Amino acid sequence: MRKILMGALGAALLALGAAGPASALQVFACEPEWAALSKEIGGDKVVVYVATTGVQDPHLIQARPSLISKARAADLTVCTGAELEIGWLPMIVQQSANKKIAPGSRGVFQPTDYVRLLEAPASLDRSQGDIHAGGNPHIQSDPRNMLPVAKALTDRFAELDPANAGYYRGRYATFSTNWNAALKRWAIQAAPLRGQPIAVQHRSWVYLENWLGLRRVVALEPKPGVPPSSGYLAQVLEVLKKQPVKMIIRAAYEDGRPSEFVGGRAGVPAVMLPYTIGGSDQANNLYALYDDTLNRMLKALK
Amino acid sequence: MTRGVTGFGAAAAAVLMISSPAMAAPAPPADLASLQAQLNALRSDYEAKISDLERRLKAAEEQVAAAPVPNANVQAAPGEVMIADAAPTPEPVSKSASANAMNPGVSVVLNGNWVATRRDPRGAAISGYALGDETGGLPRGFSLGESEVTLAANVDPYLSANLTASFSGDNEVSVEEAYIQSTALPAGITLKAGRFFSAVGYLNERHAHNWSFIDMPLPYRALLGNQYGDDGVQARWLAPTPFFLELGTELYAGNSYPAGNTSKNGAGTQTAFVRTGGDFNDSSSWLAGLSYLHTEAHDRETAGVAGPDLFSGTDGLGIASAVYKWAPGGNPAEKNFVFSGEYFFGRQDGTFNGVPIRRDQNGWYAQGVYQFTKRWTAGLRYAALDEVGVRAALAGSTLDGLGRKPSAWSGLVEYDSSEFGRFRLQYTRDEADARPNDTLMFQYTVVYGPHGAHRY
Repeated sequence: MRKILMGALGAALLALGAAGPASALQVFACEPEWAALSKEIGGDKVVVYVATTGVQDPHLIQARPSLISKARAADLTVCTGAELEIGWLPMIVQQSANKKIAPGSRGVFQPTDYVRLLEAPASLDRSQGDIHAGGNPHIQSDPRNMLPVAKALTDRFAELDPANAGYYRGRYATFSTNWNAALKRWAIQAAPLRGQPIAVQHRSWVYLENWLGLRRVVALEPKPGVPPSSGYLAQVLEVLKKQPVKMIIRAAYEDGRPSEFVGGRAGVPAVMLPYTIGGSDQANNLYALYDDTLNRMLKALK
Repeated sequence: MTRGVTGFGAAAAAVLMISSPAMAAPAPPADLASLQAQLNALRSDYEAKISDLERRLKAAEEQVAAAPVPNANVQAAPGEVMIADAAPTPEPVSKSASANAMNPGVSVVLNGNWVATRRDPRGAAISGYALGDETGGLPRGFSLGESEVTLAANVDPYLSANLTASFSGDNEVSVEEAYIQSTALPAGITLKAGRFFSAVGYLNERHAHNWSFIDMPLPYRALLGNQYGDDGVQARWLAPTPFFLELGTELYAGNSYPAGNTSKNGAGTQTAFVRTGGDFNDSSSWLAGLSYLHTEAHDRETAGVAGPDLFSGTDGLGIASAVYKWAPGGNPAEKNFVFSGEYFFGRQDGTFNGVPIRRDQNGWYAQGVYQFTKRWTAGLRYAALDEVGVRAALAGSTLDGLGRKPSAWSGLVEYDSSEFGRFRLQYTRDEADARPNDTLMFQYTVVYGPHGAHRY
C-alpha cells in the first residue's frame, strides 16, 4: 500500500511538474466588480477568474479546494483588501503555495490601497464587532472610486505584462472616457437623492452615501456583523418615528428580514441594492451595477 | 494634494520640453519646412497631453474636494443616531513605531468543561485496543481544558514560523506544534519542518478548538491516539491542474502513538497522502482524500494500564476520507451543513507481551453538523470499530476484544456568541468498553487575538 502510494506520488510529480504557465495574464479576482474592471482594462489579454458571486458575502467565504487550485495558477490577485477577505483569502494564498501572490509581492493588487478609506476605527477591539482596522472596505459602492483603481490596475498589468502595456493603456483611455461620461449621467439622474435620509442594514454603504449625498440616520445592525436583537430593532423604530427616512437599504447577499420587518412597521420601503455585479438580474455589468442601484433607489423615493 | 503637485510638475516639464526644440541650432533652409512640420506635430501632441493632464488634475482636485475629512470616530455618519452600546469608544490607536512593531501575531484559545458521566472516565478503555496517552474522556465535574497560545509570523521572505504551546488543566506545559514552513518555493511546493500534526485523514491536522465535536471520533482515539503529531518534515505539492489536487509525504522520528520508542537515524513513521476536491455548484463543495501512515514501535506501553503491557512491531493505517459542505448560495454565515466520513483500515504486525500478533484494526465514523440558523448548530455522529479477534495466549489481555464491537453515538448542540466564542453541549452514548457509558459534556471555547483562517 505504502509503495503504491509513494509510486503514484512520484509518477504524478513527473507527469505534471513539467506543465508550463499559460501565456495570458491569469487574474484571480475576489469580487465580481474587480473581475469586471480587470476585464475592462485587460480585454482578451487576461484570463479572469472570479472567486465569489454577486449574492455571496465577501467577508465569509469557505476556503474551498476549487479556490485553492485557481489561486495556484494566478499571476495576480485583485482583491478589495482592507481586511475584507481576511477570513479566507490568507488560507487560500498559503495553501496555493504560489509565491507570485504571496503577501507583499507584485502579484497582489488591492483596490483599497488606491482610494482614501472612510471610517477608519479609532480603536480596535472585537467587542466592537467585525470592524476593519484600515477603514471601511466597501469602496465599490461609489463609482468614482473606479477611476483611480482602474489607473493603478492598468499600471500593474503593464508592469506584469510589459509586452501588452500599450494595449492596457489604450483600453484604460477608452474606459476612463466612458466612465467619466457615465459619472456625469449618474450625477444628473441621482439629483433627487441628494440630502435624503436613509437607514442601512449593515454599514457597508458609506461610499454610496458620500457619492449621492445621502444622510444615514440609523443602522439596523448594532455593531458591524452583529445581528440585531428584537429589542434593538424596537429602538430603531423609535428613532425612525422621530426622524423618518425615505428607505432602508441592504446588500443582495444580506438577509432581508430585519430591513423588511422594520420597513413594514415604519412604513418605509426596504430596498435591496445589488452591491456588486450579479447582485440583481439587471446589474450584469459594471455600468449596469450603478444604473440598477440608482433605479432602485429612485423608484423607492417615489 | 500630492497628486496635484505631481500634476503641476509634469505639466511644467512638458512645457519645458516643448520650448527646447525651438531653441535648437538653426537648420539648413531646405529641411526647414519638414522640421517645422515635425515641430508642429510634436507641439500638437504635447498640447494634447497637457490638456489631458490639466483635465486629470482638475478631476483629481474635484475628487479631493468631494471626499470628506475622514471621520475619526468609527461608524457614525454625521447626524446618524447611535443607539445605546453601539457608540464607538473614541480612543486613538497608538501609531508610534516601536520595538514591538515586528511582534508575531499572538492568538489564545481557552476552554473549560463541565462533565457528568455514569462511569468514571479515568478507567475508560476501548475493548481490544492498546491505547495511547490522553485518549480517555474528560474528567468529571468542572475542569479547565487545554489553553493554547499560538505565536505566528513570517521569519523572512522565504519562511514562516508557528509555535503553539499548550497548558493543560493539570498545569503541564507542552509544545503542541512548533514548525517552520516555506513560503516562496516554486512549482506549488511547500516544505515544513519541526513538530506538527500530520496531514493524514481529514480531522488529524485540526487543533482541538476547531473540532466539530468536543472529542475526536472513536477511530482517531483508538488508532491515532486522538491525533498524530510528531517531530519531522513534510513536503506538500499542489498540482497545476484545473481542479484541486494535492499530494504530500511526511517523515517523523516516531515518538508518539501509534509509534513509540523508535530509536534510529532514519524515520520511525512515514506517511503519504493525496487529496482532491471541487465544487458541485455555488452552494456545495467536496473534498476527498486517501492517506497512509506507517509506524514502528518498540516496547510501546499502553496508557492507563499498570505493569508491562508492551507492543513491538509495525502499524500500518490507511484512511479514506470524504467531506461534503453545503451553504445556500455559498453563504455559510446564516445556514450551512458539513458532512464528513472516514474509513480506517489498519494492520498491526509484531509482538504483544512477547506473543506474536498479526491483526486488522478497522473502523469508521460519519458525522453531520448543521448550522440551522445564525449562531445555532446541531450535530450527530456515529463511530465504530470492528471487532478484533485475539489468540488464546492473549485472552484477557488489553487486546482481547471480548467479542465486542466498540461504537459510540454523539449528539451536539452549539451556540456561537460570534465567530470567536462558542458554547457546546454534547451527549455521548459510548459502547466501547465492557459496560456502556453515558456522558454529558458542556464546553466553552474562545479564541482571541489575530487568529488565522481555518482550512476547508
